[in-house]
Amino acid sequence: MSHQTIKLDSLPLSIPKLERAPHTIADSIVRSIYWEAEKIAQASTSCAVEARINWDRKIDDILTSRLWGFPVMLLMLTGVLWLTISGANVPSELLATGLFWLHDRLLDLFIALNAPHWLTGFFVLGVFRSVAWVVSVMLPPMAIFFPLFTLLEDAGYLPRVAFNLDACFKKAGAHGKQALTMCMGLGCNAAGTISCRIIDSPRERLIATLTNNFVPCNGRFPTLIVLSSIFIGGTVAISWQGLSAALSVAAVMVLGVVITLLVSWLLSKTLLKGQPSSFALELPPYRKPKIGEVIIRSILDRTLFVLGRAVVIAAPAGGLVWVLANTSWGDTTTLAAIAGWLDGFARLMGLDGYILLAFILGLPANEIVLPTLIMSYLAEGALLELNSVAALHHLLVEQYGWTWLTAVCVMLFSLCHWPCGTTLYTIKKETNSWKWTGMAFLLPTLVGIFLCMAVTFVVGL
Amino acid sequence: MNIKLPQLRPGQRGIVQEIQGEGLTRRRMLDLGMVPGTLVEVVRRSPLGDPVAYQIRGAVIALRKDEASYINVTTC
Amino acid sequence: MDGSDLTLLNHRNSNEEPVIALAGNPNTGKSTLFNALTGLHQHTGNWPGKTVLHSRGHYVYQGINYTVVDLPGTYSLIANSIDEEVARDFICFQKPEVTVVVADATCLERNLNLVLQIMEITSQVILAVNLMDEARRKKITIDDKELQRRLGVPVVPMEARQGVGVSELKDTIAQVIDRRIVPHPRLVRYEPDIEDAIALLEPQIIRALGDGISARWLSLRILEGNLDIVKNFLPASLIKEAV
Repeated sequence: MSHQTIKLDSLPLSIPKLERAPHTIADSIVRSIYWEAEKIAQASTSCAVEARINWDRKIDDILTSRLWGFPVMLLMLTGVLWLTISGANVPSELLATGLFWLHDRLLDLFIALNAPHWLTGFFVLGVFRSVAWVVSVMLPPMAIFFPLFTLLEDAGYLPRVAFNLDACFKKAGAHGKQALTMCMGLGCNAAGTISCRIIDSPRERLIATLTNNFVPCNGRFPTLIVLSSIFIGGTVAISWQGLSAALSVAAVMVLGVVITLLVSWLLSKTLLKGQPSSFALELPPYRKPKIGEVIIRSILDRTLFVLGRAVVIAAPAGGLVWVLANTSWGDTTTLAAIAGWLDGFARLMGLDGYILLAFILGLPANEIVLPTLIMSYLAEGALLELNSVAALHHLLVEQYGWTWLTAVCVMLFSLCHWPCGTTLYTIKKETNSWKWTGMAFLLPTLVGIFLCMAVTFVVGL
Repeated sequence: MNIKLPQLRPGQRGIVQEIQGEGLTRRRMLDLGMVPGTLVEVVRRSPLGDPVAYQIRGAVIALRKDEASYINVTTC
Repeated sequence: MDGSDLTLLNHRNSNEEPVIALAGNPNTGKSTLFNALTGLHQHTGNWPGKTVLHSRGHYVYQGINYTVVDLPGTYSLIANSIDEEVARDFICFQKPEVTVVVADATCLERNLNLVLQIMEITSQVILAVNLMDEARRKKITIDDKELQRRLGVPVVPMEARQGVGVSELKDTIAQVIDRRIVPHPRLVRYEPDIEDAIALLEPQIIRALGDGISARWLSLRILEGNLDIVKNFLPASLIKEAV
């Protein structure tokens, strides 16, 4: 046996040289380990005759079949959304009624205490009202969506989604596990960004990170749900409203997936050129989820966590909107001045200045976009009571001239605009680069502006 | 008969003979248990044909055609 | 007072809490076991790779406070990926008092690959064979005594989701730490030329680096041509001495 002496940082090691190449040594080592594992496993396990039905395969025969794979995914998505939307309706209105009753009592209390006008305005009309909106709009859909999603996650359906969709991601030069990160993004884009770590190749991980925001997170659901209920659901018979709203939200999500694939493809042809890395995805056995535990955990860990974050951000934002609406700038309110300044550009996108401002103020958290918008409209308008979808329809259509095109553009821009503050912070932490964080900000924003302008332009023809 | 793994059809089984190529992809295949002598069964193709799910040492693992082509098997 | 009691005392007197690492393949119920041990409620989904950050928790058993670290699920420790590197570095450098390898009873063979690799790095290994209920459902029986005999490390059958085997595991961990149980891992024997080369390398490594790390494991990595790993093991002091 010959020897090769190498020095590792001044440490001499005399390494014996074997009669074969290093990679065949590695092979031999792995093989020996696996053979040993096989030997031990055979000696210590016994399996009864394999007559049993392999349920996992039977389920996969449907869930990942050529014929049913894609329809089932769409069905699951629409089904979850339908349950979320139709289930959330009643509790949302109950919460709104309750919280706005409390709102009125608070007003009474402040008046009885002879509180100064600005104090009442800031805390009740600003802070409390926006928190009430966030809670009543967000809590019910989240409390339904998160358990349903967690059930699918625990059962083991998500890897099947990745399996079904991988061919698309491969065409886009991306990694199949990106589908898993997108599923996580459906709950929260910050969580989606963190989950991109499951992709080992840095190039494909970056693609997944930069495009994760094209999946609408839970915080953007309410905007999509409310608007599609008002403008699209409203056009059909009552009994079909939930379903048609669910279908339109599902359509927005599918559009998000299509945009993700296109942008991923574009990135892998330009900024992030490279070959697809190796892909190996385990399809774990299906598990029967523990339903009770799923409900408790998803409500405590996910729902309340996300809601808490939203409330913490909604409170000061509500106060800020009130201040903006109640301070003057020239002969108008500051709010109206800013909205007016944004209006020209916003109109090109089919929006108005208040809507664009709400998206900007919603940077810390997407959850507050709709409440902020309503707050601004209310602060300017005359309507004080707003506890039903019908009242909201009245506010948007009668007072602020919304059309179905406005609703479509708001939904599109909600799907494609800058990621929320938490997500940006997470992207900065994960990529450790301002350049890519900036890219993650610009990419969806430009896509959104382009989409909205294109739609507005085409419809205007 | 010595063929490449993606040439097997769903339901067919093969025994790993050798893994071609070097570097990371090869290493990963080995770590997944694709060592020579291993029995591999093709479980199913995904709806769009690629990737394909294989039963390897008790787990179902999906591989893209590109990677699976590195693996030579004999049918059995 | 005999030797083992003395070690026990020493441990109790030291301020450092024993650290337990949880390693294992993806989807073996590692996170579920982590929750069962620590009483924390980290969410456990059913998709490979969900433990992206290793999380820490604590539990108290017989008056001793234990720290538990949930490592990312991996098939191997060769460090092809961030996950594998995190898991490997933790076991190599943080030197947990005990590494519990969680295995899926329904596909033991695949899981033993990792167990055998970890046993080469540290002898302080306990094998937790989880999902015994799933195995029973699939009509698979596991002879844990035989498994223990062939591996040379303690084996604890478990159903972590139901909390079955958790107190046995805690007890086994305590016994391994205070040396009432001393694992003697039966390591994989490689092909003769590789074993010969290991025999030449091992003493050199022990001379150079002491016995703080597994010289056998490091020898194997050197033979594979993975010299980068070795560089991680050179303490600064040693480099100076060598000069």
